[in-house]
Amino acid sequence: MTGLFSYLVFFLILALIYAIMALGLNLQWGYTGLFNIGVVGFFAVGAYTFAILAASPMAGQFGGFNWPFILAIAGALVMSGIIALLVGIPTLRLREDYLAIATIGIAASIQLIANNYGWLTGGPQGIYNIPQPLSNYFSSNLGYNLFFLAMMVVIVGVVYYGLERMVNAPWGRVLMAIREDETAASSVGKNGFSYRLQSFVIGAMLMGLSGALYASFIKYISPTLFMPVLTFQVWAMLIVGGSGSNLGAIVGSVLVWALWTGSGTLVQSILPPGLQVKGGAVQIILIGLVLMLVLLFRPRGIMGERKAIAAERARSKISTG
Amino acid sequence: MIAQYLADGIILGSSIALGAVGLTLTYNILNFANFSHGSLLSWGAYFAWVVVVAFSGVQGGTFGPLSFGWPFVAALVFSGVMTALLALVVDWLVFRILRKSNIQVALVIASFGASLLLRNLIVLVFGPEPQYYSDNIQIAQQILPGVRVTPDQIFVVVLSIVLVVVLHLFLTRTKLGKAMRATADNAALAQVSGINIHAIVRWTWVVGASLAAVAGVFFGLTVQILPDMGFNLVLFLFSAAILGGIGSIYGAILGGLVIGIASDLSVLFFSPAYKPAIAFAIMILVLLVRPSGILGEKAR
Repeated sequence: MTGLFSYLVFFLILALIYAIMALGLNLQWGYTGLFNIGVVGFFAVGAYTFAILAASPMAGQFGGFNWPFILAIAGALVMSGIIALLVGIPTLRLREDYLAIATIGIAASIQLIANNYGWLTGGPQGIYNIPQPLSNYFSSNLGYNLFFLAMMVVIVGVVYYGLERMVNAPWGRVLMAIREDETAASSVGKNGFSYRLQSFVIGAMLMGLSGALYASFIKYISPTLFMPVLTFQVWAMLIVGGSGSNLGAIVGSVLVWALWTGSGTLVQSILPPGLQVKGGAVQIILIGLVLMLVLLFRPRGIMGERKAIAAERARSKISTG
Repeated sequence: MIAQYLADGIILGSSIALGAVGLTLTYNILNFANFSHGSLLSWGAYFAWVVVVAFSGVQGGTFGPLSFGWPFVAALVFSGVMTALLALVVDWLVFRILRKSNIQVALVIASFGASLLLRNLIVLVFGPEPQYYSDNIQIAQQILPGVRVTPDQIFVVVLSIVLVVVLHLFLTRTKLGKAMRATADNAALAQVSGINIHAIVRWTWVVGASLAAVAGVFFGLTVQILPDMGFNLVLFLFSAAILGGIGSIYGAILGGLVIGIASDLSVLFFSPAYKPAIAFAIMILVLLVRPSGILGEKAR
C-alpha cells in the first residue's frame, strides 16, 4: 500500500511540474495564438541553467556555483526569458507558422548544445548531484516527496492565480483581442508585436521554471530527457485539457501524464522482452492517436473556451477541403 | 579541402532541395507548415529498402561502377508510388477533416503529431537500427583535384537535376501543372475559373510526396537509412524553403543547395554535429533580413 501511495505522490509531483509547462503554453497558444513547438527547448534551458547554478563543483566542468535554490530558479527564469527574446524578436512580426519553425529549430539547437558542449552541460552524461531544496531536513524519501508535492501545489497555485489575474486584466483582454483580430486591436493603438513578445517571453519563463523544478526533483539531467516527444506531450496536455483555460491545462496535464505512465506500464507488461525497445514507440503512437481524436472530435478539449480558438483568424485558402 | 566540402554540400543539398520542393508546394497550395513532410522522406527510404531486400537474392548485377542494379530502380519507383499513397491516406484521415473545421493552426499541430506517429511506426515496423541499401563499400574516385566522390553520389546529383528539369516542364507545360500554380496563387480565383481544387490538393500530395520519397532514398543511399532521418532533416527542409521564399519552387532548389553547402562548409569551423544548428542560424538570419526569402514574392 505504501508502495502505491509513494508512487502516487511521485506521479503527482511530475504531473504538476508538467502542468507549469502546460500553463506557459496556454498563455502562449491558448490566449495569444502563438504556436510554440519548441516547448522542450525552454524546459531544457531552465533545467540546465538551474543545474549549472545550483550543483556543486565538478572536475573539468563549468558551473557548480552552489547557488541557493531560489536564486538558481531566478537564474533559470531569466535565461529562458532571454532565449525566448532571441527567438521571438525575429519571428513574431511574421506569419504564425514561422514562429513554429523557429521554435522547433531552437529546441533542436539546444539539444545539440546539450549533447556536444561537454564543458558546459556534461555532454551525453549530463549533470548529476543537483541539490533538492531542504532535503537534509527529511529522513525518509516519502516524507521529502510529500514536502515537494506540497511545494508544487503551492507553486502551481501561485502560477495559476497569477495567470488568471493577468488574463482577466486589461493586459489579457488585449492579448485575446490581438489573437482574434489584430487589425482591430491595432486600430485602437495596441501594438500586436509587443504584446505577443511579452506573452511569449512570460510563457517561456514558465517553461523554464518547470525545467528548473524538474532538474531539482529528479537530481539528474541528460540530453535524452529533452526529446521532441516532450513538446508533443505538453501539447497533448493542453489540447486535451482545453486550450484557453488555465484549469484545463492543469487537468489535462494530470490526465495525459496518467495516460502516458499507465500505457507505459501496460506496454511493459504486455510486450515480450524482445520488443520492449519498441514500447516507447507504442506509447507515442497511443498519445498521438488520443491527440488526433481530440483535435478531430472535441477541438476545444475538456474545459476549453466556449468559442473555437482563432476560428475567426482562419485564413485557409481552401475552406471547403 | 574546401572543394571537397563543397562537393559534399552539393550532394547533401540535392536531397534537401528535392525535399524542400515538396514542402514548399504543400505549404503554398495547402497553406500550412507540414511538419510531417520529413517523415515522408523516411518512409520513402524504407519503402525502397523493402524492395531492395526482397530482390537481394536475385543476381541482377550492378550498373557499371554504381552499387546497385535494376532492383534499386524498381525500388525507387515503388517508393515514390507508396509514399504518395501514404501522403494521400494521411491527408484523407487527418488533414482533410481539419481543413473543414477551419482552424488553420490545428493542421500544423496535427502535422507535428503525424510526424511523430509516422516516425514511431517506422521504429515499430522496421526497428530502430540503421539500414543500408548495399553492403558493398564504394571507393571514392578523384574527379577534380582534391575532390573525391563515389559513383552513387554522382548518380544522386545527376538524377536530382533531371527531376528538377522534369518538374519545371510539368509546372510550365502541362495543364495540371499550370492549374497547380494557379491554385497556389489564388485558390478562389482558380476555383471560379473551373479548376477542381480537390484534385489539385491530391496532385500536390502526390508530387510533393514522391519527390520526398526520392529525397529520402538519396539520403539513404549516400548516408544511411534511419527512422529519425526525416525528423532530423526537417529543419534543413524548412530552412531551405524559407531561404528560397515559401511557395517558390526554384527558390527551394536554390535554398536546398545553399543550406547543404553551408552546413557542410561549416564543418571547417564547427563540429559536424552542429550542421542542423547552422541551417537554423541561416534561417533566423533570413527571417530577420529578408523574410520573403531570395525568390519569394512578398511577405505573407
